[in-house]
Amino acid sequence: MSAEFDITETLDVKGASCPMPVVKTKTAIDDLAEGDVLEVLATDPGSMSDIDGWAAGTEGVELVDQEEGDDVYRHYVRKTA
Amino acid sequence: MSTDTSDAPADDAPADDAPADDAPSRAELAARVDELEDALAEAEGEDGKKMSIIATKGTLDMAYPPLILASTAAAFGYEVTVFHTFWGLEILHEERSKNLKLSSVGNPNMPVPNAVAALPGMDRVTTKMMEKKIADNDTATIEELIETSLEMGVEFQACQMTIDLMDYDEDDFYDGVTTGVGAATALQDMADADIQLLV
Repeated sequence: MSAEFDITETLDVKGASCPMPVVKTKTAIDDLAEGDVLEVLATDPGSMSDIDGWAAGTEGVELVDQEEGDDVYRHYVRKTA
Repeated sequence: MSTDTSDAPADDAPADDAPADDAPSRAELAARVDELEDALAEAEGEDGKKMSIIATKGTLDMAYPPLILASTAAAFGYEVTVFHTFWGLEILHEERSKNLKLSSVGNPNMPVPNAVAALPGMDRVTTKMMEKKIADNDTATIEELIETSLEMGVEFQACQMTIDLMDYDEDDFYDGVTTGVGAATALQDMADADIQLLV
């Protein structure tokens, strides 16, 4: 676990498959404030590429980190605007 | 040679800093630059991303792609409209959308031969098998995808001609579905969109 950022909130989308991890991440980010970091826990292997792609193509968010753990993929998304 | 010759051109030549009669003034140019900068900012604006999908199929398998793409595009910040026409209208019908069928006839990827798939009741069997797979995989249901998309601001449009053709009522559709629209509305949305898809 990196200490470079503080996690504001955690979203658990374990079990959910495409498109829900991205869709729920977007909804959760909308409720946060600028500078907040959302941790997303997913079991969908496609979430690694999908959340990366979503963050790159979306204004106001930045993918801070991604980790592949024991069956759980962790994504850290910062709201930048 | 005359001493007059050197003076003659000087009489006709305009002074260096004097504008010609038809040249725009500095203020006019400044206003024009402002105008162009505004237009450029508008054209480059990220907020204006739009996607238009035409959904024409109503089988269980074909109901997923437009809904998955619509909700994902909404997550990317796109303004999304999905125009549902012909069998695509089944997806927006609140009752019928929960009971969409899958046909194994004409699909060579199905594990049953067409001759068997054509037997009475086979569509129900293959549909049940697919529904079980969807549940086992925690794949979102059609209803979930529609509700989620509506919450994210996706506009679902129900083709009025098809509503009349199928003898449906406005109340048959999910709350938030737009009715009373036709091909011209869909065409306008497609013309304005960055991405257009026919499913």
